[in-house]
Amino acid sequence: MGGQPAGKVEPTEHDYEEWERRVDALMMLLSGVRGARKLMTVDELRKNIEALPPDAYERMSYYERWVTSITQTMIQRGVITTEELGRRMEQVRKRHG
Amino acid sequence: MVEARFRRGDRVHVRAAYPLGHIRTPYYIRGHSGVIERLCGSFGNPEELAQQRSGEPKQPLYRVRFLQKDVWPAYRGNPGDLLEVEIFQHWLE
Repeated sequence: MGGQPAGKVEPTEHDYEEWERRVDALMMLLSGVRGARKLMTVDELRKNIEALPPDAYERMSYYERWVTSITQTMIQRGVITTEELGRRMEQVRKRHG
Repeated sequence: MVEARFRRGDRVHVRAAYPLGHIRTPYYIRGHSGVIERLCGSFGNPEELAQQRSGEPKQPLYRVRFLQKDVWPAYRGNPGDLLEVEIFQHWLE
């Protein structure tokens, strides 16, 4: 991968889960592909994926990398704050007890 | 928009530079030589777009053709096997 030695590529088919479709839709909206105001570029998505530590990159699935990168970009751009994000995550965790 | 400096068939060298930031030129192709296959158009500079800037002026993007055997040490496939990579003009000389 990236020109580095790696194992064999094993392609597998799978259906997208609901949350994965939502992450994709979120990116389409934020990058201005459909309708709304453009709040980020695909280049920022890539930059913040590249900034993941190697072990996190390996551990995460494709859309987990996307949602992590989108979140990082929204914090960098001041669309959301770390404080808001942390509070909301606490609320969601409580709701799902 | 930056003017296109290369034409189909021109031999080009990819800069062997390794700055920080978001760069679309793959590591493995930096420092190698290839031939312009086509001009793909001009696009916002991703190195700038990744940093919340405009990406202007737009940069010409080329499809550049390399020989696999030139890129990978001890390549064991057909000696004529090709590799095509899309590279922005400011990475070519």
